Amino acid sequence: MNLHEYQAKRLFAEHGVPIPRGDVATSPAEAREIARELGGRVVVKAQVLTGGRGKAGGVKLASNPDEAEALATQILGMNIKGLTVRKVLIDEQAPGIKQEIYLSVLIDRERGLPMVMTSAAGGVDIEEVAEKTPEKIFREHIEPMLGVRRYQTNGLASQLGLPRELWGDFYKIVSGLYRCFVANDASLTEINPLVITGEGKLLALDGKMSVDDNALFRQARLAEMRDVDEETPAEREARLNGLNFIQLDGNIGCMVNGAGLAMATMDIIKLFGGEPANFLDIGGGAKSEQVATALRLILSDPKVKAVLFNIFGGITRGDEVARGIVEALEQVQTDVPMVVRLVGTNAEEGMAILADANMETAVTLSDAAKKAVAAAKGK
Amino acid sequence: MSILVDKNTKLLVQGITGREGGFHTRQMLAAGTNIVGGVTPGKGGEWFDPGDGRKQIPVFDTVKEAVAHTGANASVIFVPARFAADAIYEAADAGLPLVVCITEGIPVLDMIQVRAYLANKPTRLIGPNCPGLITPGQAKVGIIPASIVSDAGDRKVGVVSKSGTLTYEVVYALTQRGIGQSTCVGIGGDPINGTNFIDVLQMFEEDPETEQVVLIGEIGGNAEEKAAAFIAQHMTKKVTAFIAGRTAPPGRRMGHAGAIVEGKSGTAESKVAALREAGVQVADHPDQIVEMIAG
Repeated sequence: MNLHEYQAKRLFAEHGVPIPRGDVATSPAEAREIARELGGRVVVKAQVLTGGRGKAGGVKLASNPDEAEALATQILGMNIKGLTVRKVLIDEQAPGIKQEIYLSVLIDRERGLPMVMTSAAGGVDIEEVAEKTPEKIFREHIEPMLGVRRYQTNGLASQLGLPRELWGDFYKIVSGLYRCFVANDASLTEINPLVITGEGKLLALDGKMSVDDNALFRQARLAEMRDVDEETPAEREARLNGLNFIQLDGNIGCMVNGAGLAMATMDIIKLFGGEPANFLDIGGGAKSEQVATALRLILSDPKVKAVLFNIFGGITRGDEVARGIVEALEQVQTDVPMVVRLVGTNAEEGMAILADANMETAVTLSDAAKKAVAAAKGK
Repeated sequence: MSILVDKNTKLLVQGITGREGGFHTRQMLAAGTNIVGGVTPGKGGEWFDPGDGRKQIPVFDTVKEAVAHTGANASVIFVPARFAADAIYEAADAGLPLVVCITEGIPVLDMIQVRAYLANKPTRLIGPNCPGLITPGQAKVGIIPASIVSDAGDRKVGVVSKSGTLTYEVVYALTQRGIGQSTCVGIGGDPINGTNFIDVLQMFEEDPETEQVVLIGEIGGNAEEKAAAFIAQHMTKKVTAFIAGRTAPPGRRMGHAGAIVEGKSGTAESKVAALREAGVQVADHPDQIVEMIAG
């Protein structure tokens, strides 16, 4: 789960990371009031869960409350990469910027450890820096039992060429960002840029944070911060029903048990000339109600021209899936053609239940995919 | 021969009195696994009745007690995610050489601590978020359906995979074609796990019964690229691979916590290219794996 900039920065601040004064507005009038309280010179920033807000015109400087109000009017309601801006962050402008630094804490999967990553080439896309000038990125792994040690941040500060009088503050910021990472079960805490202001102080101008979905059971406060706007309504309904569902651009809906098999099913559809409309893993041991919900979600997408069911029964039972399909078809009238492949536990019972449903059947995955692609093309 | 589990495996089931634990205990017994005990804190002294007239299985409060009474040498974990890390620590602390964690949804930070703890222990962890492993006809530790595997032939195929049902798909196809398996190992789809591709490839390379190896990977991380480098340098046996997620959009987690393309890393293209460069034949779809092996 991703957090908005304002949410991330507030969490950073709880761990001693310096952030600009500011607040969130949902209306131009609010934006004006916040700008007035901050003294007028502010930055108005769209709060949407995607990168490239600046390039899209979602981040603008104002020199007085009137301007802030006008900019907020412009930015609120703006569409950035398919997401509607519903909130703007009004931050006090930094008193000049001498240097921009990149700083993050993330997980290095290979070493199985958290890692601090930093670069003096801040303020730009770090992926690009990593690709073009990897020598400008510095890393330190963190031992979970030790946390961030001063010698590690001294080493990083030295590599960055930070003025020595800032090394103490830099340690506080790095260790604060790491403590924030651990305390909130984050998978990423990122400041880009961390700036040296005209007054020679370090300040976190932007913030980004992703939280481990698997840990939300012990992070109740964060779970409440979820922005439902980042999901399509179908994806939200799927999540609440324990389904793994991601909407895509194609026209062949897929229902599969297991994430790896679901990906492989999408891939083979594409291989045979079709385009998957979604990723959907109904999980292990899905009940008929979940299957029915899943099928309704697939069919709610008007682009869908065919549906492919690929169920390899283990814990999941073929008859249970078949009952769910029948149940859904009683609720939703549709003439979308369907191809079904059931293998494994209770597959025969399942096929018997579907015998009257007028569905095409397939034995192998290749066969099923070819039939679904043909059906979507109206053949 | 085989790897990791066989007729000498004496298995404990952590969470044996739970719904999942109980169901799969019966399935593992039916597959011929020697299950010597179960562990559920607070239910020590009870007995687990597998039905079918089978011998009842003693339940213990702790893994230590269970090991002392039964001589167990492996455990499989079916406890809920929030208790799973504790179950792994307990099994390792009791000195078990093999621990298989089926549980899905363990927080990554828990796994970071688990891995740091296990670094100084002789315990091998498989998983978490995995289907476990099976040596056909000898022992099943986890949830891979015994009905789809086969011990046909003297020289067999070893299977190692990040996935569950995709593995079943491939193994079932092998069995249908009369190709037996030495051992099938699911290492799990989480970003941080106990055993990686290389560990298992090494074991298959050393196992005289394994003739060829199937590797099933997916998007996310760089375990497949690392495996490719290992194969190029150390494997004499033929390896056939499949990578799931070629059509996955970047930035979205495809079900597994670890299956995500982040920026330019973790893509299927990079993995396929690395494997091909290492001399591995990479199938375009799962059905093709079997053709490549048979051919």
